[in-house]
Amino acid sequence: MTEIPKEEYLFKCTSACAGCSSSLVLRYVLKAAGPDTVLVMPACCTSVIQGIYPNTAMNVPVYNVAFAAAAACASGMSAAFRAGKKATNVIVYAGDGGTVDIGIQALSGAFERRTDFLYICYDNEAYGNTGMQRSGATPTGARTTTTPGGKPDTKKDIDRIVEAHDPPYMATACSAYPHDLFKKVTKALSIRGPKFIHVLAPCPPGWRYPTEQTVEMGKLAVKTGMWVLFEREYGKVTINGPSKAAMIKPLPIEEYLGPQGRFKGISREAVDALVSLARRNAKRLSLQEEGVC
Amino acid sequence: MLTIATGNKAVAAAVKQVSPEVIAAYPITPQTEIVEQIAEYVTNGELKSQYIPVESEHSAMAACIGASITGARTFTATSSHGLLYMHEMVNWAAGGRLPIVMANVNRALGPGWNIWAEHTDSMQERDTGWLQVYVSTVQEAYDTTLMAFRIAEHHEVLLPVMVNLDGFSLSHINQSLETVELGDFIPPLRLPHAIDVKNPRGYGPLTGPEEYFKFRWDIERSMRDSVKVIESTEKDFSQRFGRSYGFTDDYQCEDADVVIVSMGTIGKEAEVAIDLLRKEGIRAGSMRIRWFRPFPKLDLSGRDVVVIDRDYSFGYGGILAEAVRSTCRAEPYSVIAGLGGQEVTYDDIAGFIQGRRPGEEYWFGVTPDV
Ligand SMILES: Cc1ncc(C[n+]2csc(CCOP(=O)(O)OP(=O)(O)O)c2C)c(N)n1
Ligand code: SF4
Ligand SMILES: [Mg+2]
Repeated sequence: MTEIPKEEYLFKCTSACAGCSSSLVLRYVLKAAGPDTVLVMPACCTSVIQGIYPNTAMNVPVYNVAFAAAAACASGMSAAFRAGKKATNVIVYAGDGGTVDIGIQALSGAFERRTDFLYICYDNEAYGNTGMQRSGATPTGARTTTTPGGKPDTKKDIDRIVEAHDPPYMATACSAYPHDLFKKVTKALSIRGPKFIHVLAPCPPGWRYPTEQTVEMGKLAVKTGMWVLFEREYGKVTINGPSKAAMIKPLPIEEYLGPQGRFKGISREAVDALVSLARRNAKRLSLQEEGVC
Repeated sequence: MLTIATGNKAVAAAVKQVSPEVIAAYPITPQTEIVEQIAEYVTNGELKSQYIPVESEHSAMAACIGASITGARTFTATSSHGLLYMHEMVNWAAGGRLPIVMANVNRALGPGWNIWAEHTDSMQERDTGWLQVYVSTVQEAYDTTLMAFRIAEHHEVLLPVMVNLDGFSLSHINQSLETVELGDFIPPLRLPHAIDVKNPRGYGPLTGPEEYFKFRWDIERSMRDSVKVIESTEKDFSQRFGRSYGFTDDYQCEDADVVIVSMGTIGKEAEVAIDLLRKEGIRAGSMRIRWFRPFPKLDLSGRDVVVIDRDYSFGYGGILAEAVRSTCRAEPYSVIAGLGGQEVTYDDIAGFIQGRRPGEEYWFGVTPDV
């Protein structure tokens, strides 16, 4: 098993909600990145978790920046560090809204220009900071405060959008698999150029499940095939272990949707849409892994 | 009907009654409750609007612009960074002569992140060609939102209107709210330059130096014409529904030796300060500016003037103080207070009036060690 460093860069007793998996994600990201790291952070739940001035919950510099601007700001920061011959890791730590919605232009530009940085999108599938409105990453059928009847549209596939930029490294991860996440961050930071890691981060108040089920919820996302763990290194796709198993024999989707209040009363059509999307994705990734497409 | 509502809910209730064809919005604290409430109305069928949950504020205003130019009634709401992020389109809406109504829940700007009340956000949109009005109670937020549609859509105005309410200190507090039966108070929108495929025109093409300034002047002409439209709308509103406001809300100003000028919820707080001072025999009055654009003619001659600015123009001064100084030739005591939600009590306000030093500027809370 991977040796996880004992050093903590995210202090205890933050203002995160009980059972918040996104802070778990950050904890492992920072353990993998180490002290020579700067976080660039757009508005998101984590900007609240970092604490109120003059305090900070993070033991690396955190540069807070406007909601739409993180990747562009990181471009400038990385260029300046590299110009000064510094290898400091520049990591954008952004939510799904800051990534797939308002931040997508800056993200696309930074990837196209080959910025040397790591972009981490922790995906709680809604705007957590402002109280759980829908985002482009909210899945079909999920109730949020701006989709009280369930979201009619499909979750935006940011991975395929990022893939179209052909970065040297991109991966998905999930808070329930911290070792996998740790390895992926470590690998990403060993590669020069733009890297992207998309981490599913279940959120008890937003998804409406009991706080103690936060790890279980992440595992269920993977085991039902609703979330696929994969890596794409220099164009080569690898589906990771837990998702391999799920592709052979997925758990019924109801086991994932059932415990979540946000899917209460979801229509049959919406469930079917979720299942067929998951199957299509799994198939495409398998074909990519085989090198067929 | 008499109910209890927050400032945000009052705005949403007004929007529901006015029933815009298209609403495009993006959430931001402390405006969120407005968009959430509207989403709820649309989902449960109480409001028949097309609701577009866009991916950013730039797109929110752009979507409103696209809707409005077809002749549709449109609404959006935002706050702080959202307003600034749509800045380019805010200009576009006014330049395009589109009667969009927007609620802006006033909030400070980062860094550092601050979600509390300040007016610097809307002040940065001061020169865009939008009419701006600042409210101080839940009832006023509701009434003014209704009037905003009629004023914006009036054929002599056709400019967008921004209704400003203070973050949290108005957006999130509960007060009583009397809703009205609108009747024909807001006539249907007839946009003379609406897109019409039978009469094809180019909108906003390259416009040369011999023509461009004419469009700018036309904005200003309508801004000036809006004065009487605001007056007649407020008058009709008061005749129908019994509540009147005006360009400024004056409290005990007639015989006042000193007048405190402010905007938003601090202006309501100032009225309590005036009562306190009057008890001590000090003849003070409060003038709360409601309409900031077009800026009203103020009569402050012969009195001391204290201005509270919940905003600032760095390297110059308080923005409201600047307006008062230049339009009234007054030498106000300029107080900068309430930035980023800083608490300002009526006792503090009474203190500003009593300790006034005309011509000087005072930053509330700033001491030599700050
Ligand atoms: C220009 C602008 N618009 C809106 C906001 C308000 N806002 C702050 S965080 C946020 C949602 C963030 O969602 P996401 O990126 O998914 O992160 P999460 O809060 O879920 O962690 C919003 C809408 C803002 N700060 N700036
Ligand atoms: S809302 Fe969700 S993501 Fe945000 S702090 Fe709470 S648990 Fe974490
Ligand atoms: Mg999110």
